[in-house]
Amino acid sequence: MLVFILRRSLQSVVVLVLMSVLVFVGVYAVGNPIDILINPQADQIDRERAIAALGLDKSLPEQYWTFLTGALHGDFGKSFVHATPAVSLILERMPATLELAFAAMLIAVILGIPLGLWAGLRPNGISGRTIMAGSILGFSLPTFWVGLMLIMVFSVMLGWLPSNGRGETVELFGVVPVSFLTLDGWRHLILPATNLALFNVALLIRLTRAGTHEALLQDYVKFARAKGLTNGRIIGVHVLRNILIPIVTVVGLQFGALIGFAIVTESVFAWPGMGKLLIDSINVLDRPVIVAYLLIIVTFFIVINLAVDLLYSALDPRVRLTELKG
Amino acid sequence: MSTLPDAAIAPPVRAPRRATSPAWRIATDFVENPVAVFGLALLALVVLAAIFAPFISPQNPYDLAQLDVMESRLEPGSKALNGGTYWLGTDDQGRDMLSAIFYGLRISLSVGVASTVLALLIGLTMGLAAAYFDGRLETLIMRIVDIQLSFPAILIALILIAVLGQGTGKVIAALVTVQWAYYARTVRSAALVEKRKEYMEAARCLALPPSRIVFRHLLPNCLPPMIVVATVQVAAAIALEATLSFLGLGLPITEPSLGLLIANGYQYLLSGKYWISFFPGLALLVTIVSINLVADQLRDVLNPRLQK
Repeated sequence: MLVFILRRSLQSVVVLVLMSVLVFVGVYAVGNPIDILINPQADQIDRERAIAALGLDKSLPEQYWTFLTGALHGDFGKSFVHATPAVSLILERMPATLELAFAAMLIAVILGIPLGLWAGLRPNGISGRTIMAGSILGFSLPTFWVGLMLIMVFSVMLGWLPSNGRGETVELFGVVPVSFLTLDGWRHLILPATNLALFNVALLIRLTRAGTHEALLQDYVKFARAKGLTNGRIIGVHVLRNILIPIVTVVGLQFGALIGFAIVTESVFAWPGMGKLLIDSINVLDRPVIVAYLLIIVTFFIVINLAVDLLYSALDPRVRLTELKG
Repeated sequence: MSTLPDAAIAPPVRAPRRATSPAWRIATDFVENPVAVFGLALLALVVLAAIFAPFISPQNPYDLAQLDVMESRLEPGSKALNGGTYWLGTDDQGRDMLSAIFYGLRISLSVGVASTVLALLIGLTMGLAAAYFDGRLETLIMRIVDIQLSFPAILIALILIAVLGQGTGKVIAALVTVQWAYYARTVRSAALVEKRKEYMEAARCLALPPSRIVFRHLLPNCLPPMIVVATVQVAAAIALEATLSFLGLGLPITEPSLGLLIANGYQYLLSGKYWISFFPGLALLVTIVSINLVADQLRDVLNPRLQK
């Protein structure tokens, strides 16, 4: 177990260092932010002063070294555009993204698991087939377009829900602003969260259905029936507990994916999260923010993957944490 | 005493399978599912529309001489000044949406197919190499695949676009990088199974050169699962390109794919002019759904465990 964690951590460090070099070199090779950031009317002296202030006059390895030593101290440099530290800019936006991702996951679990169970219990019924057909649609629908259609129907045509922003926020624990504690915040959260949840609803439906379908044929279900247990207890306790292992894994892994896909949803609904910040930063070549975002998100993923593996072994004692070859 | 005709006694005998080619068997199995046939027909329509876009479009949407700003943002079904009808309305430049969608399909499909073919070739080579020459190379390739597949596709594509910059070639490069790992993993697992079979042993006993064994013996037997993955991935590539283009990080405005058309209509959506975004999205949806329906049936047809 300890060996596993150590080996995985080492591997993660290698991935992170490689990523940092790739992203740094790549991002810094693209375009020249000076052209965008400095007033074209500025004279040569002003230009050079600005270049020096941004540290762009040094060679690339020097810049990387400065960046790396800074990054290890939690300093990713200042945003070219906002002139504030890139990390604080991202951390400022992080609660919004996390809130959106949590809300989406909650919707996916609340809708996906019961619908999947239902479809698994009635694989040939009309309701079961309809649910499965719906899940194919859920896989096929492009997220951003669904977002637009949600805005069209619920904001423009019906006028029920707002189409952008977070609405009124309340400081949770005095520091983290959240939307879900105010009615206005809720109204802003529903559409983007539903949009982001859609893919995962479909995924959970299929996963739960497949699991249920398989579990129902197992001996332990037959014995539970023979014992005279109620249907509700068989499904709620015996079946559900056995199919929960893959579901927990997928929920964990998909949480990372949700943060990735939040980039799209945030752009559609003008949700002020990290993803929208990334897109804005790419458009204006705000290098420190791009690099910091990508490294933070990669770290995030590595931690999530490790946590899911550990959780998996905790849930299923049959799983041994050894590095499988290949 | 009358004798019954043979046919009444003997159970109906199916024609011996041996006589039919594999392609014919796949085709006959495929048409057993009406939904899949519907998907295939839909897909054929989409592809034909894309190929023949210049001939079936009411106007050339990128010939400025044919556009009239006076006719911008007309509702679907509006009459054009030249006597025609804008069945799907017009965009902010007075462009007929139906024509724009045909041309957009062309771009979306070609980018999707091009990136899939390239990714397939790279993934196939990598996966076969990993399976055939095991050892260090295999560990290296499969570790890269594992690490890459643990990140969502959109994130990898965005990192690459941030790194490479924008442009059609770069979008294709990003899509290929995102996709090759799926093929590498699929072909490797198929090849590992095939490798242990007797015909492979026989080929080795004949002292055939490795390239011949890999390409003539191993590769053809690994193809069926690859066809399924490739079909699904064309749809995924089209969706991903549309998403990137929507975010303004995909194709340049000179290559108006469906994603760009949708992005273009975004700003008019809030004022109730839905059609500029709605119809290109619908075309995208129809394309992706039809490909997925075909892929679903192909998966069953090409799965040896489900063969009768």
